Amino acid sequence: MNLHNAIVESLIRSTAEVFSTMLGSKLSSGETMIDTTTSEPTDGVVSFIGIAGSWAGTGSLTCSPAMACRICAAMLMTEAPSVNEDVLDAVAELTNMIIGSVKTDLESELGPLGLSIPTVVFGRNFKTRSAGTAEWIYVRFLWDEDSLLIKMCLAPSEKTHAIHHGANPMCALEI
Amino acid sequence: MDSDVLVVDDSAAIRKILTRVLRQTGLAIQTIHEAGDGQDALALMAQHRIDLVLSDINMPKMDGLQLLASLKASPQWRNIPVVMITTEGGETKVAEAVKLGAAGYVRKPFTADQIKEKLVGILEPAATL
Repeated sequence: MNLHNAIVESLIRSTAEVFSTMLGSKLSSGETMIDTTTSEPTDGVVSFIGIAGSWAGTGSLTCSPAMACRICAAMLMTEAPSVNEDVLDAVAELTNMIIGSVKTDLESELGPLGLSIPTVVFGRNFKTRSAGTAEWIYVRFLWDEDSLLIKMCLAPSEKTHAIHHGANPMCALEI
Repeated sequence: MDSDVLVVDDSAAIRKILTRVLRQTGLAIQTIHEAGDGQDALALMAQHRIDLVLSDINMPKMDGLQLLASLKASPQWRNIPVVMITTEGGETKVAEAVKLGAAGYVRKPFTADQIKEKLVGILEPAATL
């Protein structure tokens, strides 16, 4: 099994399922890519969830303030004219459901994984960085004309991975 | 008799959605209380009669499994059904919740029908006029 493909397939399936079930909306999935560079300055709403276990990493969602408000309005069936506590909470929970679902998919191959409580950032001209991360897998979706970026990085936790594979540290699941 | 339900989740969005869904189930529900974590839930339960708890698992301060264990260890609360509603789809957490005495389990994302299906048999249908 190729972990990269498994993550991409799971990100696409999970995001579509969460949007369909919780927002009653359909997304179109666009480009998929891998990036090793630090992200460019961002405007908008970004949420993060940490993943821990024998493999560790981060799942993230990035969208515009307008899309964050639209997510909140569809999810809570209420007006959301600007980014407020409800909007940030809705985006955090949406990320939690998407990355939680991906985590469940991956656990059959990678063993038990844990999720952190989500963190949401809203602002202008900021950069994000996950320490020690080599590669991010990105999947960009379109909700009508607006872009939604879901990304994930995942790497073996050194101690547990070595124990799991013993003298053979090569893992067929590695990207 | 109409029941009082406690919804425990650190996400206000999920508490709002569950409150709306519960009102649409057609089940006999009088009051829906909300708590943001296990500690808040226990404090609230000390003040109100609760007939059913719907709880997330991953929460700060006291998580859903710790809350479930506390309720099942309490002579006062051990018979209150607790349904877990969470993104945790892994068998470990599910098995732990079942072992601790959870009455059921619904995975997020959920539909209103999935919530209703899980609660039929736990709560009575609303009386019709």
